[in-house]
Amino acid sequence: MTDDGWFANCEPGDVDGAAVAVRDGSASEPADWPARAVDAGFAPDEDAYYDALHEATVAAARAEAVERERADDQQLVHAVRAMDDCARTANELAERAAEWAGALFDVSGGGVDLAARVAERDAETPAEERAISLAERVVELDAEAEDLRGFIEQQAPTVAPNLASMAGPVLAARLVSLAGSLETLAKKPSGTVQVLGAEDALFAHLRGRASSPKHGIIYTHEYVRGTHPEHRGSAARALAGKLSIAARIDHYSGEPKPEIEAELDDRIATIRARTGDELPDDAGGDDGGAGE
Amino acid sequence: MTDAPAPEDATLPEGLARRDFGDGETLATQGSPVGPEATDGDWRAWDASRSKLAATYAVGLDPGLTADATVLYLGAAAGTTASHVADVAGATYAVEFAPRPVRDLCRVADDRDRLFPLLADARKPESYAHVVEADCDLLVQDVATRGQADVALRNRRFLADDGRLALAIKARSEDVTDDPSDVFDAVLADLREGYEVLETASLEPYHDDHLAVVARPH
Repeated sequence: MTDDGWFANCEPGDVDGAAVAVRDGSASEPADWPARAVDAGFAPDEDAYYDALHEATVAAARAEAVERERADDQQLVHAVRAMDDCARTANELAERAAEWAGALFDVSGGGVDLAARVAERDAETPAEERAISLAERVVELDAEAEDLRGFIEQQAPTVAPNLASMAGPVLAARLVSLAGSLETLAKKPSGTVQVLGAEDALFAHLRGRASSPKHGIIYTHEYVRGTHPEHRGSAARALAGKLSIAARIDHYSGEPKPEIEAELDDRIATIRARTGDELPDDAGGDDGGAGE
Repeated sequence: MTDAPAPEDATLPEGLARRDFGDGETLATQGSPVGPEATDGDWRAWDASRSKLAATYAVGLDPGLTADATVLYLGAAAGTTASHVADVAGATYAVEFAPRPVRDLCRVADDRDRLFPLLADARKPESYAHVVEADCDLLVQDVATRGQADVALRNRRFLADDGRLALAIKARSEDVTDDPSDVFDAVLADLREGYEVLETASLEPYHDDHLAVVARPH
């Protein structure tokens, strides 16, 4: 850290260099930078100094904002993949822990719930110690998956506000993850967004062995799952269309556009009115997990 | 453009006025519009329910904004309030940590040649002390983070001895479960390590669970 102002090593007129100095510099204490810049000959007067500062700060903030946002979507991708890995591994290990605990203790049931109960026991033998320790790991992994979900729920609305609002934060993160980044998702046609996550079914169809998939991961959205099976294809097409528009707005402008969501609500209401049937009770939630 | 002069108001500095945009009197400043807001000529309504600083005026406090003041604004977000501040004051340094709103803040700054956007963490003043000048007249703070008193103390170095701190404390950022009045007391107690608290007022009904504080360094 130095005690120099941002302009110390800048040539007057070099906006790029000035922007880098604003972004990467630091100082332990502020000083009367306008007067110092004039004294140092960086600017003829304070007005000229402020003009140069304005150019440099706007350029620096704009460039860094774009860079940071691009990086944030990658954090979301890592988080959603890690969440799935933790949840899957917790379930697998829970089975192993349940099998072992069943041989040592009088317990019934299975899954993470059983592991949580086993984890609270006191070990009396070396074998019990290991089985209980394993159960503890299961509980911790499951807790980590929940923490990751919390992170995603907090982060997705910042990275992709429209997409997260329409799809729910977890499905939004899954779509970004399946596409690889927000930018690649924004560039995909809506027909691709519709079947993201159903690649196996899609390739079976392309090889002529199956009908075309109606939906991929977006099946977890209430608008698809909660619509009568006969009209799910229409609902999935409508949802995918609006989700890809949302992803494009999020990538290129970032402005919240609630009217897109309202259009989708209308469209789904129209599709559902065709059958007029009651929605299943379990409709709701953004993340049930297709293929589970 | 209207040629009629702004209504005189002894308590408001030059550049700031109370005007009627058809829905009762609100604060107003002159400058290029930002987002959807009521305008009348080049006057722009400064909505107390959208801006904690405008609400600070509305509940009767004087945050000490003056024409030609040098201002450091922490937590500028998309720059709506910062635009009003910059339109009244002189050099205005606007610090915001989240990248998305900084994009909007830059657009606001494009039209204002003395508004300087900084993508930086208000808890790390060294990361912008090479840009923000010393002896600022006003430090505006509206950050939704835990440790709001600490942020104000760390940024005290930018304030002139006779400068002012205009702080909006958000109770829920400190502790969601605690009673807001307890949170306010705790934050004020910490704040007194570096500031003399001059006035406080609740920002209800404009902003729930927020306390406006005007203070000066000691």
